[in-house]
Amino acid sequence: MAGLKGWRELPLGGVVAGGTARDLNKTGSWRAERPIWHEEKCIQCLQCWLHCPDDSVLIRGGKVTGFDYEHCKGCGVCAAICPKDAIEMVPERGGECARP
Amino acid sequence: MPSIKVLAEREERGVRFTGGHTLCAGCAEPMVVRTVLNAIPDPVVVASPTGCLEVATSRFPGTAWNVPWIHVAFENAAAVISGVEAAYKVLRKKGLLDKRVRFVVFAGDGGTYDIGLQALSGALERGHDFLYVCLNNEAYMNTGVQRSSATPKCAAATTAPVGEAIPGKPQERKDLTEIVAAHGIPYVAQAAVSHLIDLANKVERAMNYEGPKFINVLTTCPLGWRTPRDSAIQQAKQAVETRYWPLYEVIEGRYKINYKPKEHVPVEEWLKTQGRFRHLFRDPQGKELIAQIQAEVDRRWELLLKKEQCFGVGG
Repeated sequence: MAGLKGWRELPLGGVVAGGTARDLNKTGSWRAERPIWHEEKCIQCLQCWLHCPDDSVLIRGGKVTGFDYEHCKGCGVCAAICPKDAIEMVPERGGECARP
Repeated sequence: MPSIKVLAEREERGVRFTGGHTLCAGCAEPMVVRTVLNAIPDPVVVASPTGCLEVATSRFPGTAWNVPWIHVAFENAAAVISGVEAAYKVLRKKGLLDKRVRFVVFAGDGGTYDIGLQALSGALERGHDFLYVCLNNEAYMNTGVQRSSATPKCAAATTAPVGEAIPGKPQERKDLTEIVAAHGIPYVAQAAVSHLIDLANKVERAMNYEGPKFINVLTTCPLGWRTPRDSAIQQAKQAVETRYWPLYEVIEGRYKINYKPKEHVPVEEWLKTQGRFRHLFRDPQGKELIAQIQAEVDRRWELLLKKEQCFGVGG
């Protein structure tokens, strides 16, 4: 924990800038299973976007464009809710252990 | 009525609750928070008491909130938002502010049913203009699944452990939605995380009323309920289908049940999928306990039907 800030450098009253958790906590490292989106099966119902706990289903112009793997925790809620089986959960790193 | 497209459009314009929070994988709380915030087009100020949501979204020096958000203590979210709302009214009166701002509390069942109840009751009685959303996951999940007054009968909790003396929590859960309705506030509703568009509609309807608004949302906790991490939606849906958690509204004292399951699904179907009720299916006494749980579900459902009949929208 080198580089801890002194009290003079901390913001007054514990005020922090909005939405900063996104840059600070890359929760994608928690993931054991990775969601894979099959665009050809997708009917753009947006159910996966609506139910994603980590705001990790990317949309543009009201359409799903993929996943934010930096924050997706691999819970699989999107795959469970998808009415067309367009999302598949596969083991992260092909199921191999991160540490040898 | 905000459709899923409208909600998506609003989030594309400005994300109010970002990723990077440290709630468990598969937690249902962010689904409720995002849907509620996207259902309100006006600027929003949020307060939260202590709880999973608070600790996991505001790890210093970051925050997942992209709207003004305040936390003070466990017991006083409703009092805090009362103060914020009163300050806003003064600023408007003095002509220092003229935009319409909405005030929302996101609290857990611990901060609502138990510890925050008197602050909530006070704020409701004083008639502040705010929306209180209870993310009801039926125990103190943040500190490791201690029982709360929202915990259902027979559910295992670390402070109501299953053993020879007791079969999990011995008492029935408190009906907080009805306690809040008894305050005579303009809008009270019960919702579930499995019915997010229903929730968005409820938020929109609630916002038409001046004064306190309350929505009690059943919010699955895969950790505390001992269910698979991808099952949050199915769990809540089954709770609605078995009539354990009816979706209804009390608008200016008028009852309306939003969804009546066509078939009678035994509550057992919901209980057997959760680890916190596992002992009911192993213990020889389990059958009788399940019958008692079913009887209570039926009693509350019948009571609700009668209330709708007597004090319904048409009644």
